[in-house]
Amino acid sequence: MSSRARWQDPAATPRALLTLALLILLWPGLQLTEFRPQILFNAQNREVMGRFLAGFWPPETSMEFLLLLGRATLETLAMATAGLVLALLLAIPLSLIATRALSISKLLSGTPSWAGRFLRYPVRLVLVVLRSIPEIVWALLFVRAVGLGPTAGVLAIAITYSGMLGKVYAEIYESVDPQPTRALLQSGSSRLAAFLYGVLPNAAQELTSYTLYRWECAVRASVIMGFVGAGGLGQMIDLSIRMFAGGEVVSILLTFLLLVLVADQISLQLRRRLA
Amino acid sequence: MRPTLSAAFWLLAIIASVVASFAYLQLDFISLVSSDSRVQMLDYATSFFPPNTSPAWLSKLWQGSLETLAISAIGTLLAALFGGAFSLLAAGRLGGIAKAICRLLLNALRSVPELVWAALMVLAAGLGPFAGTLAIALHTTGVLGRLFAEALENTPPEPANALRAAGASATTAFLYGTLPGVIPQWLAYTLYRWENNIRMAAVLGFVGAGGLGQMLHVTLSLFQQSKAMSVILAMLVMVLVVDALSGWLRARLG
Repeated sequence: MSSRARWQDPAATPRALLTLALLILLWPGLQLTEFRPQILFNAQNREVMGRFLAGFWPPETSMEFLLLLGRATLETLAMATAGLVLALLLAIPLSLIATRALSISKLLSGTPSWAGRFLRYPVRLVLVVLRSIPEIVWALLFVRAVGLGPTAGVLAIAITYSGMLGKVYAEIYESVDPQPTRALLQSGSSRLAAFLYGVLPNAAQELTSYTLYRWECAVRASVIMGFVGAGGLGQMIDLSIRMFAGGEVVSILLTFLLLVLVADQISLQLRRRLA
Repeated sequence: MRPTLSAAFWLLAIIASVVASFAYLQLDFISLVSSDSRVQMLDYATSFFPPNTSPAWLSKLWQGSLETLAISAIGTLLAALFGGAFSLLAAGRLGGIAKAICRLLLNALRSVPELVWAALMVLAAGLGPFAGTLAIALHTTGVLGRLFAEALENTPPEPANALRAAGASATTAFLYGTLPGVIPQWLAYTLYRWENNIRMAAVLGFVGAGGLGQMLHVTLSLFQQSKAMSVILAMLVMVLVVDALSGWLRARLG
């Protein structure tokens, strides 16, 4: 007995107390989330779920359904692409305003002028708000404003991703070697020319690869978007789940996996070719 | 010359696919900016202001935010527990067959998005926050299980081996030889996923899985735009606070 006590973990008591404290902290959380695992096993839920799961195999492969699935997949891809292009249209001008890399006053006096800051901060704030509201919230709002269908999804992606792209673009401009830009600005070239010939050649690679990465994210996001009625694969999954069509759900999920893999590959290839 | 040519080809391909995307979706932007629908959209947008700030609604929002936090916290915690257990299998500690099966399972859990899990769990557990908790737990188990397994594989085996050589049992060797090495990494991964999951938990409610998302969905469906606006603001505040906190923590803890 005494030899056992000697080998006891000296930190055992504090660890036990810490665990106890965490458990007490956890209690209100369990209440709030209505944590009742037994619900999963009550007769009614088990029957519903059982019937649903039994329908999972085999996956639905009728010609008609596959055709529908193909169309939804293309729609998802198109939503991501179109949304990202619209986002670029918004993000590029915003990032040019938000970046400090093209500030002439900073070049002359070391700190950006008041007017410049006055213009930059509101734009940064707009970018923060645009990207901080999740895309699916925008989608939900747009579905109510422009109706069901892919338009809402495209607009939602365009808005959220313009915030993300704008912020990161502005940071990339500031991270490249500033010498060429400074030389151009000091010799009197316009800001746009300084950007095109000073910043862009150095930043192009990073910009391309970040944009492609965001396109991958946009593909995933447009799948999800359908759950609020914005078209594409998500809308199909939602419908199939509601109709308890297990086989269809499995087919759509497999398609989704395939789509994500393909998107990753496309973006990898493009990155290799372009960046 | 050749690299330029191939880059030009790929650029053309991208432009073509962009054009094809717009054509395929038949986006009707012209009717979108026509004066008629513009007035309609402006009306809709202005109906969100001012946001509802009545005390009763604010206290409900507070409840909803707490619920969202609880969903993300409990879900992440469950995921960490299950992820930890699965990671032992996935790191090949209990044989090759278990490893292969477990990796497949983790991949499957991970590749189904949270929102799909939530829609499925609403069927299994009924409407409410419990479905959201399960959805977060399922997806995050897949993510954390894999990350945990990688940490286990990369941790040096010497301490555990030394304990084993000194006569400790396999469990003791794991608890005192391996675990102390991986715990900091496991904790870091878990906290990082929790941060993501807070954001996710806020929107899972769109399919009926509780929290702020469900409040937003309900208010929008009932055309209570000013209430919806305050929900959106609450979400925004929550995201910004979590961002700031995690940035601060990361700077402190390095």
